[in-house]
Amino acid sequence: MDTTRSLFLPPQASTVAPDVDALFNFLLWMSVAFFALIMTLTVIFVVKYRRRGAATLTPGLHHNTALEMTWIVIPLILVGIIFVWGFRSFMAQNVVPKDAMEIKVSGQKWFWSFTYPDGLVMIDTLVVPAGKPIRLLMSSQDVIHSFFVPDFRIKRDVLPNRYTIAWFEAPKPGNHNLFCAEYCGKEHSGMIGEVRVLGEREYAQWLETAAFAGEGMAPEEYGAKLYVSKTCVTCHSNDGKAGTGPTFVGRFGKEVALQKGGAVLMDENYIRESILNPQAKVAAGYQPVMPTFQGLLKAHEVDALVAFIKSLNPSTGQ
Amino acid sequence: MDTLRPAQNYLNEPRGWKSWLFTLDHKRIGIMYLAAILLAFLLGGIFALIVRLELLRPGADLMSADTYNKMFTLHGAIMIFLFIIPSIPAALGNFALPLMIGARDVAFPRLNLASWWVYVAGTIIALYSIFAGAVDTGWTFYTPYSTQTTTAVISMTFAAFVLGFSSIFTGINFIVTVHKLRAPGMTWFKMPLFVWALYATAIIQVLATPVLGITLLLLIFERLFAIGIFDPAMGGDPVLYQHFFWFYSHPAVYIMILPGMGIMSELVATFARKTIFGYRFVAFSSVAIALIGFLVWGHHMFTSGQSEAASMVFSALTFLVGIPSAVKIFNWLTTLYKGQISFETPMLYALWFLCTFTIGGLTGIFLGALVVDVHLHDTYFVVAHFHYVMMGGTVMAFLGGIHYWWPKMFGRMYSEFWGRIAAVLVFVGFNGTFFPQFVMGAQGMPRRYFDYVPEYGTMHAASTVGSWIMTLGFLIMATYLIASFWRGKPAGNNPWGALSLEWTTTSPPPPHNFDSQPVVTHGPHDYDKIIAPSTLAGR
Repeated sequence: MDTTRSLFLPPQASTVAPDVDALFNFLLWMSVAFFALIMTLTVIFVVKYRRRGAATLTPGLHHNTALEMTWIVIPLILVGIIFVWGFRSFMAQNVVPKDAMEIKVSGQKWFWSFTYPDGLVMIDTLVVPAGKPIRLLMSSQDVIHSFFVPDFRIKRDVLPNRYTIAWFEAPKPGNHNLFCAEYCGKEHSGMIGEVRVLGEREYAQWLETAAFAGEGMAPEEYGAKLYVSKTCVTCHSNDGKAGTGPTFVGRFGKEVALQKGGAVLMDENYIRESILNPQAKVAAGYQPVMPTFQGLLKAHEVDALVAFIKSLNPSTGQ
Repeated sequence: MDTLRPAQNYLNEPRGWKSWLFTLDHKRIGIMYLAAILLAFLLGGIFALIVRLELLRPGADLMSADTYNKMFTLHGAIMIFLFIIPSIPAALGNFALPLMIGARDVAFPRLNLASWWVYVAGTIIALYSIFAGAVDTGWTFYTPYSTQTTTAVISMTFAAFVLGFSSIFTGINFIVTVHKLRAPGMTWFKMPLFVWALYATAIIQVLATPVLGITLLLLIFERLFAIGIFDPAMGGDPVLYQHFFWFYSHPAVYIMILPGMGIMSELVATFARKTIFGYRFVAFSSVAIALIGFLVWGHHMFTSGQSEAASMVFSALTFLVGIPSAVKIFNWLTTLYKGQISFETPMLYALWFLCTFTIGGLTGIFLGALVVDVHLHDTYFVVAHFHYVMMGGTVMAFLGGIHYWWPKMFGRMYSEFWGRIAAVLVFVGFNGTFFPQFVMGAQGMPRRYFDYVPEYGTMHAASTVGSWIMTLGFLIMATYLIASFWRGKPAGNNPWGALSLEWTTTSPPPPHNFDSQPVVTHGPHDYDKIIAPSTLAGR
């Protein structure tokens, strides 16, 4: 049983979470108290003053300025406290520590990509070291998304025409859901990523292997991993079913009808072009919604994906 | 004189369908609005049930993600633009307001009829939009998604644009009617509180709705002519759209709730047989809400990247706008003190309101507190808060109002027994549907999700079961209300023993409302000085 998990709130996994939760819990108990007060009085009045027999004239209780002022001033003081508390924590949440490590975040339909200072690109999985503040410089390639990690209590919209900034520091290793919180279309609910917090040693190890990912693997085997980790799987099936995009099965080596008319042979070059410049030749019957992976995939990764797609079409392979 | 079901009344005089469709009688227009609005409620409710059914279990069960996105958008758009905005003012307000101030009709009967026809035109455009492919943007039409999606955004936003005019027409009409047509003796502070609430609402309708109209027109131009106001691909700013949109849509939340608060005051006073405690505070709190409500739109945008200073100001103003609502709650509560409370169906809804709206209001404080809102924004916590205010507030009051004025509208009583059963089912089902959403929202479940991670499964399942209980309540309600047309006992002029003017005329009222000009000599809820004649008869 996780001791930081309550009925209402998810586990606390960032340095700001305890602050947010303290105010949340204060509000919760204050609300419970007010609700209990109002409901208790309602029940008492309703039972005690229920109508018995014919109506009579009720004593005149019209107005009492002192009472009115009491229930104006007391809530005013309370919300005043809550305002200041909420604002101070909000400012703390918005001031990024100086020694933060910066990671560039990009939102697009429908995945997240993270670019590390050394040029490493991760899709949908953000790996960070524990105990180090991380500054996220975020922008969107298309519509508005929102970067939301419930366990960190942070959320910030990701906009197409400007940078927004969020930061967090996760004290302990662990895995956390990353949601898109601003509605962004068909696969909005599938735009789920993960923040993986590693201990300092594990992080250093990971960084080293990440740079050489795929080494010693067969290209189609590595491609199968990239198919999932680079989120191709969200829109392109490997079982023949049409999704947001065409399936990878049964098309290679055949003519593909294009949306703007004509057809093209699905070969290695068409796959490569469709990954790097997806709007160039959109297959008929599909929306032109795929974002470009230019800059997000290295040359050997594109090679691996091409090999993987070919491996799904053994009879048509060349 | 207590005449039961007069032979000639506004329902049967004159006859013929043309006499309804082209009527200038505010009561008939109110009834036509009521019929149209209840149909919209049915349609929006069906979409809601489909959404909840899909969410019963994680994974794709019934439909594709595209279809789901259209379903929740249609639920929101229909409930907001076709149902809840016109619900109380245009239906119950139209019927009751002139009667309550002792007037023959509203100030501009033709404008009133035009408002209904404009509403019908807007509805037809909205239905066309549904058949032309529907919309998948959410009812907020956020850019740049709404400028890029291939769905029928233009027709749906145009429908909302047209519907806005029907709302403005009603607002203008009510403002002038309240100013000019009050019966002799009815000073401002002798007006029933429902009239005060409608007056405050009308001010917002007239001042805020044009901004929405302009915003939606700009969105349509953007799609048609690529003018580049909102879409960054054309050099625009998508957050500007959010500012424009909420500049209307936050005050619009008060267009939705204020009339409900007005009904609450009538119900609590009537069924507790007490004058409303702190009448002036309740009346002025409506006006205060209407005015401060214009200055809080930025609290929808704390995570949007707007400046921290702006967020701070909007947070502070948001807390201020909560105070008048709290004042009302405490005043209704105090009105119950030493009352003589009875529990007919309308009063049950008033008591539900006291419970559910309080929860809606208190959870609003969570969302006003900046740092907590960052976590809760765009989660099911917001969905639950919104439904506790809109459904737990406005709809509960609307249902109370329908049951309260039903005998006056149709001259018949519905089954009190089934009325209470349905009221309990609606209350239990409502809380069953929406309370689990607070929990999963705080745990991080984002809204507008077609699919979800399994850890939120229990709460989603509970919420869906709650929606079925609520549906059962509504089905029973529809049955006994319709049955009352044939089987209902004659209501008499004043079945509740209420003191406001609409209860002094016959049920249903004659086409001209009152046989002689009423003169007001007492306050609308002066139960401590006067007891209505029918009460002494010992109903």
